[in-house]
Amino acid sequence: MNISIIIAISVVTIVILYIWSIYNRLATGKVHIKEAFSGIDVQLKRRVDLIPNLVESVKGYIKHEREVLEKVTDARTSLMRATTPHEKAQSDNMLSGALKSLFAVSENYPDLKASQNFLELQKELSDIEAKVAYARQFYNSNVRDYNATLANFPSGSIGRSFGFKEEEFFEAGEGERAPVKVSF
Amino acid sequence: MTIYSQIAANKTKTFVIIGLFVIFITTILYIYGNATGYGLSFVGLALIISGIMGFASFYYSDKVILGMSKARQIKKSDYPELYRIVENLCIGGGIPMPKVYIIQDSAPNAFATGRDPKHAVICATTGIMEKLNKIELEGVIAHELSHIRNFDIRLMAIVVVLVGLVALLADFFMRSLWYGGGRRDSRQGSNSAQGIFLLIGIILAILSPIIATLIQLAVSRKREFLADASGVLLTRYPEGLASALEKIGKDKEPLEVANNATAHLYIANPFKGKISGSWFANLFNTHPPIEERIRILRSM
Repeated sequence: MNISIIIAISVVTIVILYIWSIYNRLATGKVHIKEAFSGIDVQLKRRVDLIPNLVESVKGYIKHEREVLEKVTDARTSLMRATTPHEKAQSDNMLSGALKSLFAVSENYPDLKASQNFLELQKELSDIEAKVAYARQFYNSNVRDYNATLANFPSGSIGRSFGFKEEEFFEAGEGERAPVKVSF
Repeated sequence: MTIYSQIAANKTKTFVIIGLFVIFITTILYIYGNATGYGLSFVGLALIISGIMGFASFYYSDKVILGMSKARQIKKSDYPELYRIVENLCIGGGIPMPKVYIIQDSAPNAFATGRDPKHAVICATTGIMEKLNKIELEGVIAHELSHIRNFDIRLMAIVVVLVGLVALLADFFMRSLWYGGGRRDSRQGSNSAQGIFLLIGIILAILSPIIATLIQLAVSRKREFLADASGVLLTRYPEGLASALEKIGKDKEPLEVANNATAHLYIANPFKGKISGSWFANLFNTHPPIEERIRILRSM
């Protein structure tokens, strides 16, 4: 009688401790994801802030391919409006593509290529692009860990009963991955 | 494994190693205390000294090391490429930006130090920046940042202090045999037992610093492998670090500012020349053989 009570109490305690630890793991995971996402955001914001300078410095040189510049500004606007990771990833991809065609077009303008200001901006932007890639890698590895906990049994069922949901990876959909067309 | 689970595993391991070391040291203390007849006063004195030593080395080791290595802090504008690589990898690893130092020396090498990620320092020689390309340098920096991320620097600092303590104790003991003769005679009661302790004590005094050093070196080699692996996790490109190690291994120039106290910090053995052959020689190396590291990296 006594022993069975002790066993029952210890089983209940173990179960409670397990649920508690799962809850804490998911809650910390969520905090980490949020933190990692703000890491991406910082870089995206830097990028968004640089674009007007870039457009300003290029405007004077580029005569014919105005639509390339428009694309860059459009992508910037949509990046500023984006809220979810998926949207941000999409517009960021758009912006990268638009910048790539802008830099390709700039090859046709020797004056522009020689401009110190333009070269600085180009270097800075490619550095930010690398930083976004690293921030994204860190974010995605956090999301992967968190989602794995939610996908496993029984931690997943426990997590869902507390209202935890799977988080989105920072990546663009299949459609946006198509290579960028450059028109000369 | 993400950074968080790695840190957790690392803390447990550190805890176990420190625990074993404490047991080792307590045993030594017990034997020395009995052998000299000073008993616990011996233990007390040693603990106070080692406590001060440990505290000081924990807080000031980075400054001492940087001073010894004649390293100088740089700003982003001095070496933008190196600085950017460090920035990028820190973002990827989710750690704060460490201070960046350089050593004016054409031998290619790099190290990291500092007691935790918030007080970390990463240091590269000018040689490594000239001889490696960007991707290789990225592999090296990722390896160093992994040392920071894994709290290896703290672990090694603690281990070094403990090894120093063991050596200090052995030294104490041998000296007390010279000066403590009269004191022992006043306690006639347990002479035979003390004789045995004396014998064990002398043997330990000779062996314990060697044993402690071997433990330190074994820990150091394990951490190198781990840092290689988690560095690759950061760059996602094992070949970068592999070919960097190949270049560093082929370069025969020793790093002048490195010495025995700082050798374990560097990415590869800074003394060079020595080709590791037998397992016995390997026991005394701070770093695993470079060929083995390259082989493991290439099989990833």
